[in-house]
Amino acid sequence: MPANRPRTLYDKIWDSHVVTEGEGGVSLLYVDLHLVHEVTSPQAFSGLRRRGLKVRARDRTLATADHVTPTRSLNIAAAGELAAKQLRSLEENCEEFGIRLYTMGHEYRGIVHVIGPELGLTQPGQMIVCGDSHTSTHGAFGALAFGIGTTEVEYVLASQCLLERKMGNLRVECEGRLRPGVTSKDLILALISKIGVDGGVGHVIEYAGPAIRGLSMESRMTICNMSIEAGARAGLISPDDTTFEYVAGREFAPTGAEWDRALDRWRTLPSDPGAPFDKTVSLDVSGLEPFISFGTNPSMAIPIRSRIPDPAAIADAVEREQVVRALKYMDLGAGEPVIDQKIDVVFIGSCTNARIEDMREAARIFRGRTVSEGVRALVVPGSEQVRREAESEGLDQVFTEAGAEWRLPGCSMCLGMNGDHLAPGQRSVSTSNRNFEGRQGPGGRTMLGSPLTAAAAAVTGRVTDPRDLLRV
Amino acid sequence: MQRFRTVATRAVTIAFDDIDTDQIIPARYLTTVDRAGLGGHLFHDWRYRGDGEPTPEFALNRAEAEGARLLIAGRNFGCGSSREHAVWALMDHGFDAVIAPSFADIFRKNALRNGLLPIRVEGEMYTACLEEAASRAIFTVDLKNNVVTTPARTIPFRIDPFARNCLLEGLDELSYILRHDDAISAFETSNPSGSSIIPPRPARGGH
Ligand code: SF4
Repeated sequence: MPANRPRTLYDKIWDSHVVTEGEGGVSLLYVDLHLVHEVTSPQAFSGLRRRGLKVRARDRTLATADHVTPTRSLNIAAAGELAAKQLRSLEENCEEFGIRLYTMGHEYRGIVHVIGPELGLTQPGQMIVCGDSHTSTHGAFGALAFGIGTTEVEYVLASQCLLERKMGNLRVECEGRLRPGVTSKDLILALISKIGVDGGVGHVIEYAGPAIRGLSMESRMTICNMSIEAGARAGLISPDDTTFEYVAGREFAPTGAEWDRALDRWRTLPSDPGAPFDKTVSLDVSGLEPFISFGTNPSMAIPIRSRIPDPAAIADAVEREQVVRALKYMDLGAGEPVIDQKIDVVFIGSCTNARIEDMREAARIFRGRTVSEGVRALVVPGSEQVRREAESEGLDQVFTEAGAEWRLPGCSMCLGMNGDHLAPGQRSVSTSNRNFEGRQGPGGRTMLGSPLTAAAAAVTGRVTDPRDLLRV
Repeated sequence: MQRFRTVATRAVTIAFDDIDTDQIIPARYLTTVDRAGLGGHLFHDWRYRGDGEPTPEFALNRAEAEGARLLIAGRNFGCGSSREHAVWALMDHGFDAVIAPSFADIFRKNALRNGLLPIRVEGEMYTACLEEAASRAIFTVDLKNNVVTTPARTIPFRIDPFARNCLLEGLDELSYILRHDDAISAFETSNPSGSSIIPPRPARGGH
């Protein structure tokens, strides 16, 4: 390909990872970093064993325990028998195959998409995979990162490569600037409600524009994290000084002369002016309000001061039927204001919103207030490092004094595999990424929002515009 | 992987759009270290009530669903979580193929790698499939000729030629990938994204 053709960030990362161009447009790509967790890896290790293969690049493979880990105790038995068996199986597999593992008790353990960045493993220009759809999170660093299935986990363990066909490239241009009390979580919910849960299928999204440039790495990660909720396997943001400052000095980040070389390379990554995209979508974020979901997929989200849609007003029959089903499941009334709807549980956590910035945001609301009577509020840090940092800032005190539970790191109530889950019929405001039926427990009803929105709901017991409490 | 062989079957219809993998197999059944045995939990929370009794009106619980090896679903089937368990559960239950107007990317890849055929059918042809499934027609899924036939019509479909070849031959991609060992080694010596990053620990047991 001629070197002078303007290329996108996606093009550049793709080009620099092609091992061979295969038949019919399928390329063999090299994986720089492979993250492994307990739920999607056991069958992959069994496959290796069956074929008599070893792990090809142990120095590019890291495992952590996060999905089924207990959050009240470091004892794995606390998450139940099957979960404990899965955790032990991960430990045995990592020992047998020589893979570095951060298991219960390790100072670096945490949700896979929180620890990659905070350890400096996630770096611009890399190709990163994990048996988890929210691997898109790492795209915030300008790394091509996507989720794979267990069969592909086995392929990557064995070969460090994947067969891929190039996807389309969708540019999301974010104009303006977020107002106080409005976060990147609101931005991504607004985008998904605009383009739909399949709006990004077959594409890699690049988020660009002044609204993105002004965001911290934590906020950018929240956006890339939810790319998959718009159907895109990967989300990307061109790296800039904010990115480099975040990576510098972290545990596994390059140092000295290697850092300088890396920086020179990283600065060439951003999409060239005039590089062609297959599609472009614009979103002006200046007027954006906090968003909250009312339905059973992440595109069913609305500004917090608006009304729950009335299916009768929806022209498309399939969409109407979908909203009817969703409102029935959620037990919400058509056409009612979403504000003041009663809630039972608040979950602040997950790879979407459990980094230190999110903990600080939640604490802004909890400070000097108490959790509403009858409401259960869980604050679950994304990693041991986040936990320690939050505790050193006294945030744990703020949460517990308010009556919220401060837990050990893990996925927890994001998917309810570890014993933390909603009871049937309970409604939550959650900072996680999926409001699918039963996602947080069978019969549970999830409303997605930012850490500010979730904390505000915890102290009032109702859906609340967090700006009313922040007085912004 | 097993070869994909032509199958003649009735179809079960669950024609909602955006069916996510949490519905296909809820997370609480993922605490397994095996691939087998997930079929009993397929669509668990739609298939069973809170008390464990089957939901009579759910498609999979109707008598005519018995033995069906083709599922007809709505748009964007398999969105959400990357859990391959969704594909394993569908196959363990007995499905060989899914017809939908579109599939989520990760689900489609997982399906192809296990021998579950995702068949994209849109527009009038899709509507016709729904009607024929309702009248209990026999669908013949023929990958060799890239067609689904029913007594009333022939529905051509397209599929990635590489994946199709793997399915027909029963090949898995890993053998193909490992044939490029030299190219992978060559790439590793000059990887433009920098050298390795994680200090490894020793492997045990001869690996
Ligand atoms: S926090 Fe939730 S979405 Fe993120 S990796 Fe864990 S289970 Fe998946």
